Amino acid sequence: MIIFYDKGGNHQPGAKPMNSIIECKHINFGYGSNEVLKDIDFVVEQGDYVGLVGPNGSGKSTLLKIILGLAKPDQGEVFLFGKPISSFKDWHKIGYVSQKANSFNSGFPATVEEVVSMGLYGKLGLFSRLSKSHKERVLQAIDQVGLSDFTYRNIGKLSGGQQQRAFIARAIVAQPSLLILDEPTVGVDTESVERFYQLLATLHNKHQLTLLMVTHDIGMMTHHVTKIACLNKKIHFHGPPSEFQQKQSEILAEAYGSHMNLVEHHH
Amino acid sequence: MLELIFRYEFMQNALLAGIIIGVICPAIGVFLVVRRLSLMADALSHITLSGIAAGLLLQKNVPLLQGINPMYVGMIFSVAGSLLVEQLRKAYRFYQELAIPIILSAGIGLGVVLISIANGFNVDLFSYLFGSVIAVNRTDLWTIIVVGMIVLIATILLYKELFALSFDEEYARISGIKRKWVNFTFTILVALTIAISMRIVGILLVSALITLPVAAALQLSNSFKQTIWLSICFAELSVLGGLTLAFYLNWASGGTIVLFSVLLLVIVLIVKKRV
Repeated sequence: MIIFYDKGGNHQPGAKPMNSIIECKHINFGYGSNEVLKDIDFVVEQGDYVGLVGPNGSGKSTLLKIILGLAKPDQGEVFLFGKPISSFKDWHKIGYVSQKANSFNSGFPATVEEVVSMGLYGKLGLFSRLSKSHKERVLQAIDQVGLSDFTYRNIGKLSGGQQQRAFIARAIVAQPSLLILDEPTVGVDTESVERFYQLLATLHNKHQLTLLMVTHDIGMMTHHVTKIACLNKKIHFHGPPSEFQQKQSEILAEAYGSHMNLVEHHH
Repeated sequence: MLELIFRYEFMQNALLAGIIIGVICPAIGVFLVVRRLSLMADALSHITLSGIAAGLLLQKNVPLLQGINPMYVGMIFSVAGSLLVEQLRKAYRFYQELAIPIILSAGIGLGVVLISIANGFNVDLFSYLFGSVIAVNRTDLWTIIVVGMIVLIATILLYKELFALSFDEEYARISGIKRKWVNFTFTILVALTIAISMRIVGILLVSALITLPVAAALQLSNSFKQTIWLSICFAELSVLGGLTLAFYLNWASGGTIVLFSVLLLVIVLIVKKRV
């Protein structure tokens, strides 16, 4: 572990070690009397590829919302890149891919290029416009996800898998250090899902991207991620896939209830 | 034959004002339509009516305010109405469209009562309701130019924020766009657009110029920028064609402009179906 020192050489008790990208400390969250998250301590370190799993209503999406600053926890604190979320400003360091299904109106008149450009807006700031090099960066990102032939096509007319890749391009165009994905494969056909995981693997290995992915697809995911976190109101497991597989039945019984059977499927 | 139009000062005023609103109405309209807020224009135009009525009333009864242009009062009401819509949408998070009929009926109710107090059911009011080319005087024209420029420049400056928010509000928030601030500014821009457009097309027809050209453009375009440009082209065609036709046939200008844009929309729909 790296201890963070300020210039004076004094250890700052409030400062976070630089290698934790996301750190949730004692997060509690509820809607009225309904407790959704209970004392969550959760850390994503640099270079991690974390798969976050849990049954429906386990609080996965809520936890993501809290990490992204879209919801405020009742108690506890979130640190992003070592900074408390309230003072965190470098949102361009985080790429986000939401569930395809509810993320946009498919009659929207926008091309792939226009949608991917959006990924740079946060970095650009108010009133400034895309420069030539930004535009090149957009084309590069589109190429990276293999959509070059569709650059000027209307996004609503692409297949679910292609749309999802366009959203990945939007998330990586600003060259973030962290990519957060919320059930990205929902509504995407099986063949595209395979390609999708390959793309994520490339981003993780070649571009050293830290990834946090919420998913239902436990079977598929265990072959790709470096860490698995299992959530149902609290974190039931957080560790490498090998350890997860050893204790799988106990963890799942605990988090999902006893009637959960894991179906392994290889594509 | 056409040069006849330019001989009259009122036609020069009307044409110039028409060209300006022909740009800003569809430019603002594109964002309203893709955000499924087309009816917002209707709600705000009706609240503008009560502002106009209040203006007429003040003009008549407060000697100090005799010189006041009812259009300014309309503008103030429109801006206030737009802020109310935002508040109402918050109060009815699950019935957001309710805000629109509430504001719309409040606007028309208040408007009618104010007009009756002012004893103002006359030609002047008629021109506000349905637009009139003769009604655009030099002061109106200057107001339209200045406010129109402000709306246009603000829209260009906020283009990428508005585009991102329209496409996917959650993503826009995460990417650090100041959603509240941009939405607030946009609502004011809509209110201003409506207030200055009503001189030409009238309160009851403003929303047509905001939505119809966009509806036609949506049928043809692939990209967002293309949608904006096409909408502006359709709106300009409607405004210039409508004003010219109205001039020669002695028709109501607002109605003619709107019918022209309906015609364009129908043509686009037919052509699209054939292809």
